[in-house]
Amino acid sequence: MSITIFSIETSCDETSAAILRDNQIMSNIISSQQFHTEYGGIVPELASRAHISVIDKIADAAISGSGINKNNIDIVAATIGPGLIGSLLVGLNYAKSFSIAAGIKFIGINHIESHLYSCYIGQEIIEFPFIALIVSGGHTILFLVNDYFSYKILGQTQDDAAGEAFDKVAKMLGLGYPGGPLIDQLAKDGNENFHVFPKSYLKENIYDFSFSGIKTSVLYYLKKNFISNSAGPAAISLNDISASFQKAVVTALTEKTMLAAKNFNVKNIAVSGGVSANSRLREEFNKYKTEGYKISFPKPVYSTDNAAMIGYTAYLYSKYSRNRNFEKNIYKPAFARFDYNKF
Amino acid sequence: MLSKSPEETQKYGKAIGSVLKDKDIVLFYGELGSGKTQLIKGICSALGVKQVVNSPTFIIVNEYVSGDNKNIYHFDLYRLKSAEEVIDIGLDDYLKDRGIILIEWPELIEDILPAGSKKVFISHVNGNENSRYIKFYPVEE
Repeated sequence: MSITIFSIETSCDETSAAILRDNQIMSNIISSQQFHTEYGGIVPELASRAHISVIDKIADAAISGSGINKNNIDIVAATIGPGLIGSLLVGLNYAKSFSIAAGIKFIGINHIESHLYSCYIGQEIIEFPFIALIVSGGHTILFLVNDYFSYKILGQTQDDAAGEAFDKVAKMLGLGYPGGPLIDQLAKDGNENFHVFPKSYLKENIYDFSFSGIKTSVLYYLKKNFISNSAGPAAISLNDISASFQKAVVTALTEKTMLAAKNFNVKNIAVSGGVSANSRLREEFNKYKTEGYKISFPKPVYSTDNAAMIGYTAYLYSKYSRNRNFEKNIYKPAFARFDYNKF
Repeated sequence: MLSKSPEETQKYGKAIGSVLKDKDIVLFYGELGSGKTQLIKGICSALGVKQVVNSPTFIIVNEYVSGDNKNIYHFDLYRLKSAEEVIDIGLDDYLKDRGIILIEWPELIEDILPAGSKKVFISHVNGNENSRYIKFYPVEE
């Protein structure tokens, strides 16, 4: 018997709703809050206000676009964290209210965990065990995934997330927001060996990441060669800087992921989160295919925040988790403090 | 104080952390890459925080728990544009808590914070990429 899942994601700047029938995505509506662009970043107050103003429309569009009757929904799922508290509450309360009104089950889903499974959607299932790299504006985490819902965190960023480094360097270069796609685009016509920005190596845990050093070295490079240079802005190619910076970040991400794969003798790799859309990152990871590694990326629409991955994770829980007592979930606090070590 | 490395910056952070009390608010001033997060790592380590302390730029506030079970709120207002936005994310609720509040990029909300906030200024040192001047003002001047 198939189950129908209605899912909602509002952890940051996207309001999104989706309908799934088992693992099939029947609809996935994402409202990218375009006005964030003019602020050069995510604005929480605006974000939660925007979620409130659009969530009803987005949810209706997801339901009507799925061709599924509202009365046939079996489970409602929503992101429970981590994220901006104000934004999370909008989606969470919407979903909980829906579940109470309809008398159906509610399940809270961890945003990070759902990124991890985003590679599955509409693609081949990745065999366990696999190494998962989740890399976005807010997170850079490396997992060893042994089974469904069984994870070991190998490392994570000790300062900036990789996507945050992209955004901050883009801002230094006078580019817009989000910085990732802009730097990716500029880097295509740049020389990535123009300048070597030093990668950080952390002594305590070889799988941890650090990107603030790369960010700061770009800042110093620009100060030395750009701001104090009387030749003016034309003296430096944004393409070359973008390419060199991107190379430093991409190398750090791939090296550590592949080191973990080798050390744990794992052949399957999943790379997800917004930065997984970076073309240079994909190219670098794909090089390892010749060594017998299987590399998975989510389809682009599922790499950034979306409700389909939330629904998909709820589907996996309903199918594989022994803890099926979803009713209890509704009494959990609206915002759970997220502890990576208590997955 | 003059720090010659991120490690040394963390060490100064530990010294600052060891003198902080309940309900203290500490403001961190300094441009991108000056080491504000590094300093806060040191402060949190002195306070007995076990969680990973990293940049909250994206989600605006990280919460940690100190060794004696008090909340530590690590704000980063880098992306915000007005004091109103900070109030709307619940600044008052955080201020009511008994915990310690650490704020990076506090310029927006200087005027609305209670008196007596401690301040830390970190600045780059000309001609030396690894060095930083760190000034700690335990009492507002």
